[in-house]
Amino acid sequence: MSRPLVEVSSISRSYSMRSGMFGRSAAIHAVHGVSLTIPRGETLGLVGESGSGKSTTGRIVLGLEPPDHGEVRFDDKPMATPGTTAWRAQRAHMQMIFQDPLGALDRRLPVAAQIREPLDIHGLGTPLEREERVRELLRAVELTPAHGARYPGALSGGQRQRIVLARALATKPDFLVCDEPVSALDVSIQAQVVNLLADLQAQLALTLLFISHDLRVVRQISNVVAVMYLGRIVEIGCADDLFARPEHPYTQALVSASPAPGRRSAGRIVLAGDPPNPAARPQGCAFHPRCPRTITRCASEVPALSNVGGNRQVACHLVTGPQVETRDAA
Amino acid sequence: MAPLISIKDLSVAFHGVPVLRGVDLALHKGEALGLVGESGSGKSVTWLAALGLLPRNARVSGSVRLDSREILGAPAAELDRIRGGRVAMIFQDPASALNPVLTIRKQLCESLALHRDISGGAVKAEARRLLDLVGIPDATRRLEAYPHEFSGGQVQRIMIAMALAGNPDLLIADEPTTALDATIQAQILELLSTIRREMGMAMVLISHDLGVVAENCDRVAVMYAGRIVEEAPANQLFADPVHPYAQGLIGALPPLDGPRRRLTAIPGTVPDPASMPDGCAFAPRCALAEAPCGIVAPSLAPIAEDRAVACIRAEASRRALLGIAAE
Ligand SMILES: Nc1ncnc2c1ncn2[C@@H]1O[C@H](COP(=O)(O)OP(=O)(O)O)[C@@H](O)[C@H]1O
Ligand SMILES: Nc1ncnc2c1ncn2[C@@H]1O[C@H](COP(=O)(O)OP(=O)(O)O)[C@@H](O)[C@H]1O
Ligand code: SF4
Ligand code: SF4
Ligand SMILES: [Mg+2]
Ligand SMILES: [Mg+2]
Repeated sequence: MSRPLVEVSSISRSYSMRSGMFGRSAAIHAVHGVSLTIPRGETLGLVGESGSGKSTTGRIVLGLEPPDHGEVRFDDKPMATPGTTAWRAQRAHMQMIFQDPLGALDRRLPVAAQIREPLDIHGLGTPLEREERVRELLRAVELTPAHGARYPGALSGGQRQRIVLARALATKPDFLVCDEPVSALDVSIQAQVVNLLADLQAQLALTLLFISHDLRVVRQISNVVAVMYLGRIVEIGCADDLFARPEHPYTQALVSASPAPGRRSAGRIVLAGDPPNPAARPQGCAFHPRCPRTITRCASEVPALSNVGGNRQVACHLVTGPQVETRDAA
Repeated sequence: MAPLISIKDLSVAFHGVPVLRGVDLALHKGEALGLVGESGSGKSVTWLAALGLLPRNARVSGSVRLDSREILGAPAAELDRIRGGRVAMIFQDPASALNPVLTIRKQLCESLALHRDISGGAVKAEARRLLDLVGIPDATRRLEAYPHEFSGGQVQRIMIAMALAGNPDLLIADEPTTALDATIQAQILELLSTIRREMGMAMVLISHDLGVVAENCDRVAVMYAGRIVEEAPANQLFADPVHPYAQGLIGALPPLDGPRRRLTAIPGTVPDPASMPDGCAFAPRCALAEAPCGIVAPSLAPIAEDRAVACIRAEASRRALLGIAAE
């Protein structure tokens, strides 16, 4: 089997933040010991609540910022140092799209000019070829040259996100990091963009890191899904059965919290407590203050992400620890 | 029994551009009604108009009756009494509805003094009770805190406490959990349904999230381009939507388990209110559109005892069902 296109080994990143009334500087462990691999042409989905470290992971994987520890390898080579020629060459093969297409676009330029920009920057093709490529890209995202002549303000949210996608595809990247790309869109428009992304991925053999807080959207597009909580991956497995059979108590709560037509809220797991605070990461399993199934060692020992069979990895003492009996008793 | 609130032919235009085009809705005591539809379909404007909260440049017509009493165009003093009293509202962005420089106690007590016949120590005790009720721990101490000292989920709880201050019969919750993380959203929705059950309060839950509405409401109304296009009991709407737009919305929702299927996206976008298509506003996006759809806008008509749909096709099948010949 060929090597995965993207290999992330045990990356960590912390930021320092001044907090509290004494102005002490606290360390925020935004990402802690995250490892991921994404095979060519596949999609890895990253879910978790806000502040869990999804975007930071995305930026590190894309080489936009270096990890404090750990390594990212792209196409079997280490990520080049930001700013160098090698880095620019590598970067042409990877692109990013964000939640807010309006923020990513220049309001004063027709959108076709913005799709063309990366071609100009990387000096790809003659001016005529670039024009043709822009038309091709517009077609690829199911828009017309007439749309290309418009300014961002004259397009709908879904159309703007298509423009951003067209621009990201201009340099024929192998790898796309999509950070909440459809979160701001209405569900009908969201479905258009998700379908489009899936089609383009199949046509162009794109590899994707797809970040979202929306379990449904992530499952729709991913082969493998990783669940993050306070900077760590707590569960990872096949998109098809992760949400059908979540093993980690946090994944179970997330699935249970995801409202579904045709189901009443009876029997829902409602977590107590506030959303987690990355500046005050609890000892042991970071989820223990909110976990409905916590046991003594959860407060002191960090559970390791371990294989539980069936391509699933879980970081929970109940699932992988020696206390398998307590699981049945609970 | 007369409905608690009944809206008839409610229409709103801004600068001559109609954005609500004849909305009919009724809500009975204790009932939970969900309102769904793409952004811009008029969900918020419906209730802002009903409660007299739209800016002056809005032209509003129709009828809104609270307990059979017309309140559309009622004097400001009467509307002030109703809002925060019998009818309370909470919004997506709770922080903007709280005053950042006043303690929670001040704001809660103000509301209580305005809408309840209590004073002095009773006000403070009631403020504490409300904070307790919405699940803010250590209520006595937290009453003295300012809005920024609370997390997003807690601020929304405080907004709910403020809304409850007037002992409302009806709560309009406009996207109350949209800004919150999934696990916190679940907490707030559970809180709302518990309170609703205990107080026998009716609720309108406005949301773009079909799942949220399905799980928390008895009945659901689907809005499109300033009109209600389908209304049905929640379970029936999701199991068997009739209007092509409602079918589209449900088909666009990716499944959380079971086999994955290609999403049925609704093509195109919502029409601009300033250039509304003739006939059915959904026709340009509707896979089932036929020639007559572009001529007359179908009206919301019953298809069963508790279901209504605004679609020519549904009308035709209803006629067939009732044995009425098409004219
Ligand atoms: N540049 C930064 N400086 C300081 N803190 C940051 C920075 N980027 C992210 N963080 C913090 O790291 C944590 C994880 O953030 P993020 O990766 O954005 O999470 P997510 O995308 O899952 O919401 C958060 O607490 C966030 O405030
Ligand atoms: N104050 C206003 N002035 C002008 N147009 C408005 C105003 N408020 C809302 N609208 C328009 O009315 C329509 C319905 O808006 P709204 O009820 O907020 O939609 P929803 O809540 O369903 O997303 C939209 O086209 C919106 O742009
Ligand atoms: S390790 Fe303990 S606290 Fe953490 S998820 Fe498992 S049971 Fe819950
Ligand atoms: S009236 Fe016609 S266009 Fe409108 S929803 Fe029904 S079938 Fe579609
Ligand atoms: Mg993020
Ligand atoms: Mg609204």
